Amino acid sequence: MESPATYVHFWFVVISVPNLLIIGGMIALFVIALLVPFPRHKAVAKPLEPATPDVTGSVPDAAAEQAVDDGNWTRGTRNAITRRWPWHQLLPDKQPRYVASWVYMFGVGAIAALVWITISGMILVFFGPTWWHVSSTGKFVNSIHFWSVQLFFAFTVIHLWGQFFMAGWRHGRALTWIVGIGIFSISIGAAFTGYLSQQNLDAQWIALNGKDAINGTGLGAFFNILDYGQMFGIHVMLLPLGVISLLVVHILLIRLRGIALPIGWPGRFKRNGQEESES
Amino acid sequence: MSRKKNWDQDTYYRGVPMAPYDLIKELVAALLIIGLVSLGLAFALSSPDSPSVTIQSWSTADPVDFVTTASAELAGTSDTAGYGPPYTDVSGAAQAIGPFAPQTWLGDPLHLDTAQVFVLGPLTTVSGNDQALTSALATFKGATSDQQQAWLDAYTTALDGATAENGQVTVAAGDYGPIPTLMASELATAQSGSLDGILLTSPQFYQTNYTAPLLFMGDGGYLSSLADQQHLLGSQWGMMNETGSYPGQTWLWLFTVWYQVPPFNTADNADLLVVVLMGFLTLLLALVPFIPILRDIPSWIPIHRLIWRRSAFAGEADSE
Repeated sequence: MESPATYVHFWFVVISVPNLLIIGGMIALFVIALLVPFPRHKAVAKPLEPATPDVTGSVPDAAAEQAVDDGNWTRGTRNAITRRWPWHQLLPDKQPRYVASWVYMFGVGAIAALVWITISGMILVFFGPTWWHVSSTGKFVNSIHFWSVQLFFAFTVIHLWGQFFMAGWRHGRALTWIVGIGIFSISIGAAFTGYLSQQNLDAQWIALNGKDAINGTGLGAFFNILDYGQMFGIHVMLLPLGVISLLVVHILLIRLRGIALPIGWPGRFKRNGQEESES
Repeated sequence: MSRKKNWDQDTYYRGVPMAPYDLIKELVAALLIIGLVSLGLAFALSSPDSPSVTIQSWSTADPVDFVTTASAELAGTSDTAGYGPPYTDVSGAAQAIGPFAPQTWLGDPLHLDTAQVFVLGPLTTVSGNDQALTSALATFKGATSDQQQAWLDAYTTALDGATAENGQVTVAAGDYGPIPTLMASELATAQSGSLDGILLTSPQFYQTNYTAPLLFMGDGGYLSSLADQQHLLGSQWGMMNETGSYPGQTWLWLFTVWYQVPPFNTADNADLLVVVLMGFLTLLLALVPFIPILRDIPSWIPIHRLIWRRSAFAGEADSE
């Protein structure tokens, strides 16, 4: 694995076989997720029922309390949160039956990969940035970090493909989409500063090669990618904080709005199918 | 649907058949599966780690390239010396799109005099009791700038035919003034490893800023030749490549593509053009929900019919 990769040339494109495998794997995974039937659950007879007070435990009737929260910021905030995120929406045990495709799984896959990135990253930062170069255990933890990042981006991008083709921004979900793009953008910065923090040939060259784009924008005056200390701090603290914070917002927005209805619902799905035929 | 009802799922899901779901179990399963896959990949494939280059290893492996680079730093003709902001105040060097030149807005806060920082400063530091070096430094500093330039021009020309033997660089005889002495000391300092430390020096004990040594190595040809071997150069789609046989930052593919095609691949301001273009495209992606033609594409492409199969719950939509 340490010898230089084989590169494929066609037209003006030059790509390494490992990169080609990753991209090919992502496309294959997306196609498989589209085509492989999702295990069917037995439908719940009734549509979703509102949670009963005893389910939510300490949550009182929001409408009644709304009448008395006038002027009390704390009670008003609590009521606003409770109205938007009742427990049965925050931790649901039912979901629409149309959420029945493997394509829906890539979001949670990306979250799981992020958890492993965070765990392996915390171990790496605890032992210091040179540890993984001199310890076989450290190299193994770094390898988990490396492959978790590859999985995170693969799942995030496939999730983005899926949400695009499902038009997941419909019915008041534009902000969820925008926050998702924000997570992806900050993740690219987090990965970039991670590559700069490797303390090896790759990090040296990425710093030299990447400085021109940063400097061209004027950001190089205070975001100096040749300054290892600055990049390391940003990588282990600021950007992960940004990714995780926006991820929390992303998840809360999903729990707030629920999962968007299928395109063409309900017409295309009616029993006699007069509006459209299945292609 | 009213604004209030926008977040009311009971209203939104009216008439929608529901299925049992276990969010926590799904998350735990994903954590276990992804954890096992990560562990498996880490165990089977490890991770890339090509050793870093030091000024010591560079000057030892390719002394002629090192001396050529150091001479350019002293002459003020290196890439860094002519870079412009944020390293130098060379006018007209900054990238711009017409009058839009953000690179110049904050000046050169990381100012770096290449002759002083890379050559004269370190040599002054190590001169100590070295009379020959002290004398050469005094001669160089005491000379007029025209004389300095003449020595450096002659020496730089001679370096084209330079040879390296036993770690020393030899050039044809000529009138180079104190330059050969200065460069011999610079090379010896580098080969001993001292220059790596000197270039990191700041008023603090702890050092984490590698701007100077990285720029110095970037001006030479040795580091870029190693990057070339690993397909890391910008012209090789290097931004998305990795050392060894590992996948790189494939998610930078679009950023990388622009540098390979006209007009970007020949433009002096390619970096600024690409960054502005990518910023615009990212904004476009974020605003897809509000852009009529873009937001309609999913309904034209029937991929959604594979995701939401009518056959999976035919007829249930009219159960309300």
